Amino acid sequence: MTVRQISVFVENTPGKIAEFTKVLYDNDINMRALSVADTRDFGILRVIADDSYKTACVLKDAGYVCSITKVLAVAIPDEPGALYKVLEVLGENDVNLEYMYAFNTRSVGSAYMIIRVADNDKAVSVLSKAGIKVICQEQLHKL
Amino acid sequence: MEHYYQPEIECASREQIKAWQDERLVKQVKHVYDNVPYYRKKMDEKGVTPSDIRSTEDLHKLPFITKEDLREAYPYGLVAVPLGDCVRIQSTSGTTGRRVVAFYTQHDLDLWEDCCARAIMAAGGTKEDVVHVSYGYGLFTGGPGLNGGSHKVGSLTLPMSSGNTDRQIQFMTDLGSTILCCTPSYAAYLAECIHEKGMQDEIKLKAGIFGAEAWTEEMRQDIQKSLGIKAYDIYGLTEISGPGVSFECSSQSGMHINEDHFIAEIINPVTGEVLPEGEKGELVFTSITKEAFPLLRYRTRDICVLSREKCSCGRTHVKMTKPMGRSDDMLIVKGVNVFPSQIETVLLNKGYAANYQIVVDRVNNSDTIEVQVEMTPEMFSDSLSQMAEREKELIGALKAMLGIYAKVKLVAPKTIARSEGKAKRVIDKRNLY
Repeated sequence: MTVRQISVFVENTPGKIAEFTKVLYDNDINMRALSVADTRDFGILRVIADDSYKTACVLKDAGYVCSITKVLAVAIPDEPGALYKVLEVLGENDVNLEYMYAFNTRSVGSAYMIIRVADNDKAVSVLSKAGIKVICQEQLHKL
Repeated sequence: MEHYYQPEIECASREQIKAWQDERLVKQVKHVYDNVPYYRKKMDEKGVTPSDIRSTEDLHKLPFITKEDLREAYPYGLVAVPLGDCVRIQSTSGTTGRRVVAFYTQHDLDLWEDCCARAIMAAGGTKEDVVHVSYGYGLFTGGPGLNGGSHKVGSLTLPMSSGNTDRQIQFMTDLGSTILCCTPSYAAYLAECIHEKGMQDEIKLKAGIFGAEAWTEEMRQDIQKSLGIKAYDIYGLTEISGPGVSFECSSQSGMHINEDHFIAEIINPVTGEVLPEGEKGELVFTSITKEAFPLLRYRTRDICVLSREKCSCGRTHVKMTKPMGRSDDMLIVKGVNVFPSQIETVLLNKGYAANYQIVVDRVNNSDTIEVQVEMTPEMFSDSLSQMAEREKELIGALKAMLGIYAKVKLVAPKTIARSEGKAKRVIDKRNLY
């Protein structure tokens, strides 16, 4: 019940993310979600794409250091308080968040959170028990 | 008026200096051959016996000794007297694996302090002066050397050691320091702080003796102007004794080498061939009066030029230029010896690739060192906190190896410039030479 995220190392200098997106463009890769974590010297781009293996290969060929990480994609209703319910469940069950970011889909009315935790199995289990929908890679493709 | 500590030696005729050197060299070669198995083996390998060395003309027959020899013989392998006769140990600025430990008898300390006393008097020092020593005390030779020299001159000695700049300035003003001894970068920093406090009219400094790191003529001019002093260069190395191997006089045009204690040669660093006076090459020293830790033909790796031209100060000992570079890849950062190979060792130990670059700079008169490392898939993580943890670990390992803080910068793969397939390892932006 996880999705594959591609994490990419980029230097924190002008034009570096533009170069990165050009590589995806040249290879006809569409991103579903993107987040940037930055430090003074470098950043980590976190990308969700339909074909994660192709994306990782393309990036490696272009000289990027990247890795594939399994993260959770959690469906939440597009309404106030929805994220709170998810995080409350995780907090109550002592699941610590490494990072998270949101993305929308083409369908109206629902949003998704990408959540990175240390223990995916535990997180999926407590979320499912609380009736929160966690989707897998194939479901993500169909969105 | 020029002051001398030992005028009969410092202004001796060239013939007299040569006679001292001949006699002492012969004696020293016999001393090490008889007492240091390491030397005997080296000389036997080269087919040289003490009887082959009759004067300084024969010096070139002796094998060189290098820092590698010192490491191999660490710690006691080159000590030429019973340990019971040694009274002091000093050591080079803390670099793991490259540490050099030097031994001194009381006589050795006496002669070393004489050399420092000559430097202080050449800078105008007398028994009426207050000598403010801000070199570090301890294993580093800077503090103990100048401290001993100041005692010999009879000056009032302030053993400040390094650091605590506010206290330095307070003592300087309260006790009327007249001669400052420290690294040139610390002198520049002190000057800046004194001006910030608006205390430039309260200091009584007239001279400074600055060494242990490379500095430029522009830096000298800046320090002289901002502190209202004359700034003198001093040179030395722990292997040979410490500061005072050579020192500047009032003409400020090169450093007189104390030739009654040290024979200087300039060699071609590649072939080892001795070069004629006036040619640029690697400085080699033979210590002819040292008892405990005598070195014959020690390769300093410092590149400079010797001159025996008559000096306006009256001294007759040969002068050396400031070092113009190194014949190896050693860097001196914050007074500490740094070899790129040490940094490489740490990177490889920590699982990084050997694709790195060292950038050395001087910001606000203080040296900085940055190690740029190319990211590898093995070291990469999607988590910032993990990456920060790894970076912290690397900084810690570098500090343990080098003894100083080095900034770490993670860069993208293949971004470090390579020429002919080989990366340029060091970028020194300080323009010291």
